[in-house]
Formats: sequence, C-alpha cells, structure tokens
Amino acid sequence: MIPASFDYVAPTTVEEALAALAQYGDEAKIIAGGQSLLPVLRMRLNAPEWVIDLGRIDSLKGVRDEGDSILVGAMTRHCDVATDPLVAEHAALVARATATVADEQVRHRGTFGGALAHADPAGDLGAPALALDAEFVIAGPAGERVVPGSEFFQGLFETAVSEDELLVGVRIPKHTGWLAHYEKFVRVAHQWPICAVGATLKVSGGVIEGAAIGLTNMGATPLRAAGVEQALIGQQATEEVVRNAAALAADGAEPPSDLNGDADYRRHLVTVLTRRAITKALGG
Amino acid sequence: MTAVEARPEQTNEIGRDRRRKEDARLITGRTRWTDNINLPGMLHLAMVRSPFAHARITGIDTSAAEESEGVVTVLAAKDFDETLGVCINAWPITPDQKTPAHPPIASDRVAFAGEIVAVVAARSAAAARDAAEMVEVDYEELPAVVSLEEAVKDEVLAHPDLGTNKSALWVFDSAQAGTGGSVDEAISAARTDGIVLERTYRQQRLIPAFMEPRSVVCDPTGEQITVWSATQIPHILRFAFAATTGVPESKIRVIAPDVGGGFGGKLQQTPEEMIVFALARRLGKPVKYTETRSESLLSAHHGRDQIQKLTLSATKDGQVTGLKVELDANLGAYVAIVGGGVPVLGAFMFNAIYKFPAYQFNCQTVFTNTTWTDAYRGAGRPEATYAIERLMDELAAEVGVDPLAIREKNWIKHEEFPFTTIAGLTYDSGNYEAATAKAKELFGYDELRREQAERRANNDPVQLGIGISTFTEMCGLAPSRVLGSLDYGAGGWEHAQVRLTPTGKVEVITGASAHGQGHETAFSQIVADRLGVPFEDVEVLHGDTQIAAKGYDTYGSRSLVVGGEALVRAADKVLEKAKPIAAHLLEASVDDLEFTGGRWTVRGTDQGMSIGELSTAVFAAHNLPDGVEANLDSEATFDPENFNFPHGTHLCAMEVDTETGQVKMRKYVCCDDIGNIINPLIVAGQVHGGLVQGIAQALWEDAVYDEAGTLVAGSFVDYLLPTAADTISFEIDHTTSPATTNTLGTKGVGEAGTIASTPAVVNAVVDALRPLGVHDVTMPCTPERVWRAINEGSAGGETTGAAAAHFDQSTGMSGNVDRTEGDVQ
Repeated sequence: MIPASFDYVAPTTVEEALAALAQYGDEAKIIAGGQSLLPVLRMRLNAPEWVIDLGRIDSLKGVRDEGDSILVGAMTRHCDVATDPLVAEHAALVARATATVADEQVRHRGTFGGALAHADPAGDLGAPALALDAEFVIAGPAGERVVPGSEFFQGLFETAVSEDELLVGVRIPKHTGWLAHYEKFVRVAHQWPICAVGATLKVSGGVIEGAAIGLTNMGATPLRAAGVEQALIGQQATEEVVRNAAALAADGAEPPSDLNGDADYRRHLVTVLTRRAITKALGG
Repeated sequence: MTAVEARPEQTNEIGRDRRRKEDARLITGRTRWTDNINLPGMLHLAMVRSPFAHARITGIDTSAAEESEGVVTVLAAKDFDETLGVCINAWPITPDQKTPAHPPIASDRVAFAGEIVAVVAARSAAAARDAAEMVEVDYEELPAVVSLEEAVKDEVLAHPDLGTNKSALWVFDSAQAGTGGSVDEAISAARTDGIVLERTYRQQRLIPAFMEPRSVVCDPTGEQITVWSATQIPHILRFAFAATTGVPESKIRVIAPDVGGGFGGKLQQTPEEMIVFALARRLGKPVKYTETRSESLLSAHHGRDQIQKLTLSATKDGQVTGLKVELDANLGAYVAIVGGGVPVLGAFMFNAIYKFPAYQFNCQTVFTNTTWTDAYRGAGRPEATYAIERLMDELAAEVGVDPLAIREKNWIKHEEFPFTTIAGLTYDSGNYEAATAKAKELFGYDELRREQAERRANNDPVQLGIGISTFTEMCGLAPSRVLGSLDYGAGGWEHAQVRLTPTGKVEVITGASAHGQGHETAFSQIVADRLGVPFEDVEVLHGDTQIAAKGYDTYGSRSLVVGGEALVRAADKVLEKAKPIAAHLLEASVDDLEFTGGRWTVRGTDQGMSIGELSTAVFAAHNLPDGVEANLDSEATFDPENFNFPHGTHLCAMEVDTETGQVKMRKYVCCDDIGNIINPLIVAGQVHGGLVQGIAQALWEDAVYDEAGTLVAGSFVDYLLPTAADTISFEIDHTTSPATTNTLGTKGVGEAGTIASTPAVVNAVVDALRPLGVHDVTMPCTPERVWRAINEGSAGGETTGAAAAHFDQSTGMSGNVDRTEGDVQ
C-alpha cells in the first residue's frame, strides 16, 4: 500500500493554497483529513503529482458565531464539530450526524469540509447540511462566492468547487431549539451508511412548525425529502402524521444498487428510517 | 547441597488464568515480525499481478520498469528455470484427481485475477512498487468461469487443457464402508412413510483476513539459506522448498518468527515464498517481500465456498434414518496445498453428534477462475456443522417439536461413549446432556421462549429467534495412519524436547508453530507442573527449523492435544533420566524416592533435591552413577491414535427487525466441553475470537466476485469484518469430559467457536421468522436478504445490483461515473 510518489506543499493561508492550486492545477489533489484521499492514493487509484495539504491553515479551523448563522471552518475535524457547543445549540442535526461518521480514529482526522467536498453520496454530512439550508463558502482566484446546498452537490463526487477553488467553510443558518435525529443504517459500525436519514424539527405546542429531512445515499447526491417536510409542517406531531409523511420519503429518489442492497430495498428502507428519525427527533 | 530449604507452597499451574507471556511484545509490535527484519544489502520485491480472471499472456515488456530508479531486475516466468519450484498439492483426494500445474509465476496464461505474472526487485519497496506499475503485460482475455453453479456445467473451462472443471469426486458410503446401511434405501423408505428434508445451503467464500499480512525474507548468504516467513508451517515449508527446488533440506533453515494470526490462511506454501527464495539465490542478496492488504485479500488463499445439497430422512416422530450429502466445493484456480482435502475433512462430521444408521457423502471439487481456496478456521467442519445443525432445526419444525428435543432424541447418550459413528470415527468421550443442560440454564432458555411467544402474539415488529448448535468436531490433526489411508502426503505426529540448563532453567522446544495461540504460556504451565519448576523458569522455543528441528506445525487445533502430549512425554523422560541420578546423589535406593512438587525426596527422611539442583549436578558431572550420561535433556514424538472430539451447546438469541431486515444479537451462551483446561484465560480468548469469526460468516463476511471474476470485496470497506462495536459480551462456560487419548485429558479449542456459532446465529434468524413462512436465509444474513425472505418467501437470494467496490476508479478520479447503473469502468 505504497502511493506513487508525489510532491507536497503545505500552505499556511488560503491565499497560498489558492496560489498552489493555480500553479499545479489538475496535477494536484487537495488533502484535508485524508480519510478518503489516502486510501485512494495507497491503492493507486489516483496518482497526483502534487498534494496540497490544508492542515496548516489555522483560519479554516473552528466554528464561529455569525449572528443568524454559524460558520463551520472547512478544516474543523469531525470530533471537534461533534462536541462543539455552537453546533450543538444551533445545528443539532449536524452534531448528531457527525458523531456517527466512521469510527473514532477517522473522526479525529477527517474534516467537515473535506468530507463535504469529497461528496461521497454515502457520506454522512451532506444530507444534514442540505437539510439545514447550509451555504458553502468557496474561495477562488476572484475571491469568495457562496453557493446553496442545492447547487453545491452536482453529482457523484462532483461539487460546485472548481479545480482552482477551495471550500473554506460552511455557513449554517441557526436552527436553535430544533429537535434532531440522524438515523443511520449500517451492517457493521464503521461502514458507510447503506442509507441514512437526518430529521430536524421545530415543534411548538405539539404542532410541527418546521421540518427539514435529508437523505443519505439515496442517489448520486444528498437529497431533501421535500414531500415529507410538506406533509409534516403545520401538523400535530402524531404517530399517524409521522407515518404518513415518512411513506413519501422515497419519492423522487433514485437510490443505487450495490452489495448492501438493491434500489427497491433502499426505497423501502428509507421510509422506515425516515419514520424512525422523525419519531426519535420528537423524543419517541 | 542443603537438603531442606523453605519453599513456597506449590499451586498448580494447569488451570490458572495466566496472562500470556508473549502478549507485551506481540501487542506493541516490538518484536520480530517478518517485515521488521532488515538485512544489509537487502532488496525488495513487488509483484505484477493479472487484473484479469482468465487471459492469455501475449507479451510482457519490462524495459520501462528496468530503467526505473532503484530497480535491480524485472523477471517473468521465462527468466526462471525449474529451480523456481512449484506450489504443491499435498493431498490428492483421489488417485485420478485433476491437478493443474501451479507454477509460482504464470507463463502463458493466467487463471485468476491476482495471479503473479512478473516480479520486480529494487532497492526499496517503493521503487519496486513504482516499477511494477510500469511493466506492460499484453493480455488476450479468455472467458472466465467464476461461480460454482456455472463451473459444474463445464461450459466455460477454468483450464481449457483439462477438458473439465471437475477435479475429483470423493465418496464415502456407509453401506460400502460397512459402518451402516444404504442411504438411498433409508430415503426411499422415508418418502413413503416418514420425513424427507431436501435443502441446499451455500457456504459463501470467506477471506481469512489475518492481522499481519504475509511477508517473506530470504538470506542466501550463509551456508544454510535462511527464510523468515509469516507462516503457520515452517517445517512443511522447508520440506516444500527442498522437494521442489532441488536444494537439499539440510541447506535450508526456515524461521516463522512472531506471526500475526493465520486462521488457516498461513497454512500454505505460497508463490511469493517460492519467488523470494529463487530471487535471493539468483541475486545472492537478502530479499524481502511483504504483501499489501489489497494483495492479501486478493491473492492469499480464500476459504469455504461450497454448495451443499442435503437430503435427510427421518421417521415421522423425528428419529433420523439417513443423511445424504452432495457437495460442490470451489477450489478456485488451483489445488492448493490441502485444497481439495478441506471439504473431505468435513466428510466425517456431517453426522455430528447424532446416531444416523445410514450416511453418504459425495464431494465434487471444482475449478473456477478465482483465487484458490484452502483451510480457513475449522476447515471442512464448520461447513458440515452448519449443514447438520440447520437440518436438525428444520426437522424439529417439520415434526413440530422444540429443536433441543429433536437433538436429544437423536444424539449419542453419555453412557454410550466410546461411540463409533456412521462415518467410522470413534468418539472417546462427551456428555451432550450435561453441556446442553448447563447452556440452557445460563441462557434462560424457557424465559426467552416465553418472550418469543409474546412477541409473536403481539405481532411485534421486532421478532425474537433462538438458535441452537450442538456441535462436535474432530481436531488434533492427526493420526498418521489415518492420514495415510486418506492419501494425505504427510504425517500428523508432533515432536517436543525438554532441555535443562546448568542453572536449572528449562527450555522447551516444540514442533508446533504459534501464530497467536499463546503456546509459550500454556506450554510453560504444563512443563512447570510436570517438572515442578516456576512458570517463569520455562522458556518455550519454536518456529525455527534450526531449533525445533522436527515438527508438523500448527493448524487443526492440534498444538495442545498432539504437541502438548509430546511435551508431557518428553518431560516425563527427563524425570526418568533424573531419578537414578537423584537416588545416587541422595545416597538412597531408587525405590525409596518420591517426586512431588519438583523435588525428589527420600521416603521417611528429610533428604531431598530439586530438579534445579540436579541440573547443576549433572552439568558439573562430578558425581554421576557409572554408565549414566551427563544429560537430562529428552525428546518425544507423539503420534495420536485417534482424533480429538470437543463438543458443546451454543445458544443464540437474535432480534430481527421485520421492517428493515436488520438483525441484532441479543444473547449468546455457549457451554463447550473441551476436556481439561490448561489456561482458562487463553481458552476464553479462543472461544470469543472463534465465536466472532463464525458469527461474521453468518452475518457479514462475503468475498464477492463480479461476473468477470474481479474480487469486489477487495478491501475492508467492502469485505465486512466486525469490530468490538458489532458484537456483544458472550457468556461462556464449560463441562468437562476429559479426552481419553492424551495424558492431560485436553481437547482442542482453536476452532470450536467458529464451527459452532455460524449455525446458531442463522438458526436464530430463521427461528424468528418461521411463523412468517421463512425456512432459510442465505449467508451472510444481510438486512436485505432477511427483508426479502420476509416479503418474498425466498431465502433472501442474491443482491442483483451492481457489485461495485466503494473505493474504485470513480472514487479515485472524482470523475462523474454513474455507479447507480453498476458498470464501473
């Protein structure tokens, strides 16, 4: 498991990183926590000439309060996101999902931005970010731009980040007081989810005032279960309402078929998991 | 010499929970793993492997690789002569077995993806790997046969020259052998007035997945060529080197230093070992090859992979009358060292603990264009146990009685031992009633059955199933005469030596070769008791043909029951040699000497002498009896007269989520009868690890190939090994029916957990779903299979979707490959 040889650069600022990207272009790969890139390099499925390490750019680490939203730096490690008080208070779904990523070792290396930029459809963070209407802050030669989740995820391992750009942070509108649960379905604990559902709800006086449901590994990109959300909003949080809403979870999804399950199984599974995610978020 | 000195009170070492003395160095890695060995001037190898399952090699261009930095040489098959040797099959199971030649490097045709076609030697491992990528091999793809079902049709041939995929048909028939009646008669009688169960079970392909990847170092610069290998079988490997390369055995030293697990996966003479040996000799320099994890999963031998067609006949009230087994076993591309013999080891075990009056076993070994298969923990016996224990549950369901009751009705009763089975083996001891009673109580069997009934009555979405496995196995490989009668190419004895140093320390040499078992601890306990010396004073030496000159190594739960007995006999010889010397020095008659607690005492006096004192006296040799040599060291070779038959009752409770198909273990209890126990802590470790490996077959592991013969489960992302997070705490207990075939009364425990647990888990899953009309779930019992079994009434069948690895080219290149369609390029 020896990667092909590559040159390595570790910039300390975003500007330097962008300069390196500009210089080496498509011969470079960016390494954040390395939890997806390193296996690929070691198995020689990719052999970049340059590896640009973002690990020394301190400005990309940590979570900031920005008033109506929080900004999670792209290089914040999963273990730090999962235990961050701002995330817990204002984006509970992200905290819940992040705590389930792979295993403890991976969570101490892998980063929030790295995982999202990799855009593995089975990654745990895309669906919660999408559900919370996160905005993706992308730095490039012309400065920063911000894209919504619906535009960020473009396909299998494809994002809105161009080859000369970097994902520097994710801005999550505050969902303070929203209930949340991430229901993940795996065969063994350290596995990528076969399917997972992130549910976060704003409930007042027994009425669901807000609902955001994100689906993991139900297509080439993370998905919002808009039909489920519509069926919940404005309704009493009863078992029947939840059940009927969850039954819509697979609408519009085109899940993959792989060793862990065919598409029809996933379409069924997602309805059960959605019901459970909502029910557990509600405290059931 | 003082006669009397204060001694601490002796407590027996045997039976003590000794922590393993080898663990600190093994766990920290501060030891001699083969890959840790670095020799002056050492070169490193990298293998070039075929990406195709079946292809003709039309050209190999090594020129670019040869020019790569740090490369010494790049060689293909044509560059070697016969001194490269071949990979041997030590057990042709029938005289007419078809056995294709298995050269370490393919010359004109590759027969599985992962087969070696060229080798690079370079000054560093990285340089070798880089150059290996530059070797250009032209292949002309040939049709590949991948699955057993296809292979038996003989339409696409794994080896076109052979004209068939069928290697050997091995048959045992009780009527022919004279051990019982005709199975066909029993079945036809049951068809008119009884019960006939016909089932087909699949033993999926598994990968041994030992923790330490295989590694070989060869130093040709001494008078003996020294080979270090991460192997279970240094002695057999030395034999294979000599037998196939022409180098005299006396010129070869093989060392298995600390070895990080094997599970049968390192019971092999590998192409890589042969290549390292040849390269080192050719270049005159030390050479190392360490496989990557990907290579290990791809090309170290695999295990299981059988289809079992089973017919069981019984009377209407559930008395078994016959069992017919028609087995197809996947050899992969070649017949490995024990390859075809693995299913034959199961031939004697399908009847298990039950009194079948008629039995027939037919095993067809079959070639495919896949990685070759061989021993994996249990080797033949887990497959047999799975089949019969699943069938006994099916029979209970058919008769409408508790599955424990149907077993009790048919098992050998404790007063019937020794018992000669329909397969011709004589079980020396056992007590199935006692083990079952204890397991039932520990499990809370009746209470869980009540809960199960409640959940069924309430239509609970989570159903509870209880699975049973009352297993036995044959281990302690093996009586040499029996091996001879089966045409096995070697014997089954074990050798031991006990040496005393001048200061009274003890060196124990064993021909067994540990790779994680804890031999150093357990054998020290045995010898400490036998000679009455402190545990700490015993050093166990093994795994080096220069030190342990004779041996048959470690597999088949043999080290304690065969190797341990050799050790006992060698220690007893030491005492025999010591006794006349002790009598002489104590100025007493031999008849007046007693040996207890490590001391000879003269009966009726306070005169005495320890073994340590005696060692010093023998070393000095100032005052020995006339004609007695100055040497207490002794050796013994023990060839067992019979196999060894551990047994046990395993009970498993599984919760099955009928909405998702997810299964979750609720409780696992086992009561194993492994005779007398030397070290309960080591035994618990063996049982726990064994259970997890068996459970993993039931639920998780599956070495899936795609239709082209590419191993899809080629990394631990897709080949699901469980971790501690996926298992529960097991409750283990024991009953004790000492084996009668060794002095210590011990039975093997290395494979017990693996053999027993697989059917217990699947029986539990099926038991949970039986009211829903389910009577089988194919292994591994994935949530999808369970869900389909519930909703479609099948055994869960195959996942028809794309067999795509998680990490593949699309992951690597971040291209926009649509993996949902399943044709990853």
